[in-house]
Parts: sequence; C-alpha cells; structure tokens
Amino acid sequence: MHTQNQPSDSLQDVKDIKRLMERSSRFISLSGLSGVSAGICALAGASIARFGIFRNYYNLYNLRGSFADSDFNTLKIQLLLLAAGVFAAAFLTAFYFTWRKAGSQGIPLWNHTSRRLFWNMVIPLAAGALFILGMLQYDEWKFVAPASLIFYGLALVNASKYTLTDIRYLGYCEIALGILNMQWPGHGLYFWAIGFGFLHIVYGIIMWWKYERHSPVDSQ
Amino acid sequence: MNDIHQSIVNSIMKNPINGLNKVFESRIRLGVMSVLMVNEEINFNDLKQMLEVTDGNLATHLVNLEENGYIKVHKGFIGRKTNTTYAITKSGEKAFSEHITALENMIKGVK
Repeated sequence: MHTQNQPSDSLQDVKDIKRLMERSSRFISLSGLSGVSAGICALAGASIARFGIFRNYYNLYNLRGSFADSDFNTLKIQLLLLAAGVFAAAFLTAFYFTWRKAGSQGIPLWNHTSRRLFWNMVIPLAAGALFILGMLQYDEWKFVAPASLIFYGLALVNASKYTLTDIRYLGYCEIALGILNMQWPGHGLYFWAIGFGFLHIVYGIIMWWKYERHSPVDSQ
Repeated sequence: MNDIHQSIVNSIMKNPINGLNKVFESRIRLGVMSVLMVNEEINFNDLKQMLEVTDGNLATHLVNLEENGYIKVHKGFIGRKTNTTYAITKSGEKAFSEHITALENMIKGVK
C-alpha cells in the first residue's frame, strides 16, 4: 500500500489547499506598479491643471481685468478633458502592469475573481461619478474633490474583500483625506494630487516591495 | 446491521490510521474542494481554469464528489448556453475540514 500519506505529502497538500483557496477567492494579480503608474499620471495631470490651465486662466483675468464667462466655460471644458485624459492614462498604465503580473503568475486576467473585483469597484465608483455630475449640474464645484476622494476610498474598502487586503488602508486614507478636504474646500486640486497621486505612489511602492520584489516578472 | 454497514463505509472512506479521507487523495478532488470552500458557487469553466485540468478529467472527479454527497450541481442557462455551477454541501464542508485537520495533525506529527 503506497497510498499511506507521508508528512511531506501532507505539507504539499496543505500548501496546495491554501494556494487554491487564495487564488480562487481573491484577485491577487493587482500589481504595485499599477499604483505607482496611476499616481504618476495623477501628479502629471495636477501639474498641468495648476501650472497650465489655471495659470492661463488667471493670466487672462489680469489681461482683461475681469473674469469673462467664456473664459470660465473654456476653463471648465479644459479641466473636464484633462480629468478624462488623466483617468484614461492612469487606467491604461495600471491595466498594463496588472496584466503583466497576471501573465507571469499564469492567472487569466478576466476570471471570476477579477470580475467580482471589477463589479465591486464599479458600483461605488459609478454612484460617486453620478453624484459628482449631479453637483456640477447645479454649478457646485467646491465638493467635487472631496466627493471623488470619499467615493474612491469607499470603492477601495469594498474592493479589499476581493483582492489584496492591504488596499483597504489606501481606501481609509482616501476617505480621511476627502473628509479633511471639506474643511479647505478651495484647495481641491492639492488634495486630489495627494490622494490620487502621492498616496497611490506610496501604496504602490509598498505593495511592490511586499509582494513583487522577490518575484521578478521576467524570471518565470 | 446498520452499524456494521457504517463501519465498512468508514473504513473505505477513511484511512484508519490517520483519519485522512480517501476521496481527497486525488489532487484534482482536493483542488475542487479547496476552491469550493471559499466560493459560494463556481462554474465549470472557472473551475477548469483554476485547476488547469482537461474537461473530461475534471468532469469525472466532479461526478465522484457529487456521488459522495460532497458537492451539489446546479444546471442553469446564460442565454442559450448551459452554465453548470458547483457548490459545496454541508457534509462536504465537514468532511473536508476533517481532512485538513488530519493533514495538519500529520504535519505536527500527532497521530
């Protein structure tokens, strides 16, 4: 009878069980580099807004001696386009690094774990996006930054049940930052830069250090 | 009579020495149970992808687990395509937990 289980077999069995339980219940391919790249996009976007679009707007003000409605409309459109561009760039670069990591782990990018993660992110994010668009409809700009930080934080806390749990702490920080921003409503851009730029980069580096440092993508 | 029957079943199902469950000696069945322990339900394709096995191979092991009463099968549809999902049963959960305990005991050297 060779089926007698040896301790070494048992160890392998328990390892397999743990690995499968983890791989099948959470999307573990989220790369830290995705956080870093999204953060860089956000910082680049914030600097374009601060030193390009806003500077231009105030220069026009100084030139004319007053704010013109048409200038304000241009400003709004430029900011919205910039926001869309930053979101697209952040999403694509983040996607790329996670796609690479999933490939190296031999895990399909679109399976039941990533699907579950996706929907649990999308629901709070879509609610937040509609809420913010609703505010803009009433010409309420002050709370766009706090609201986006808070909804994004809630989405991350929700998502942490379906991916690496550490992302929960990034979520807490975003929520706290959003609430803090309520007290300094005129400085949304700076809070945005901290929340979507700085925090993403810090989080991404920590995640990379913790999970990916010793498993370089190209070694497999 | 019933007791004798039960003890025969037990001796077939379990390795009498260490309490390991024979059903879970197959790596694929072990894998299926691991996945089902942490997922409410999962469909055939996701399971296949997760365990990296062929259709036929997986199907055979799923039938075996179903016959043992460890998993339940739900045949549904997405549009016109069949979507068969699998879930763990109460007795499956119990049997697998006991199996894990037995494995852990073996590792610790407690027999």
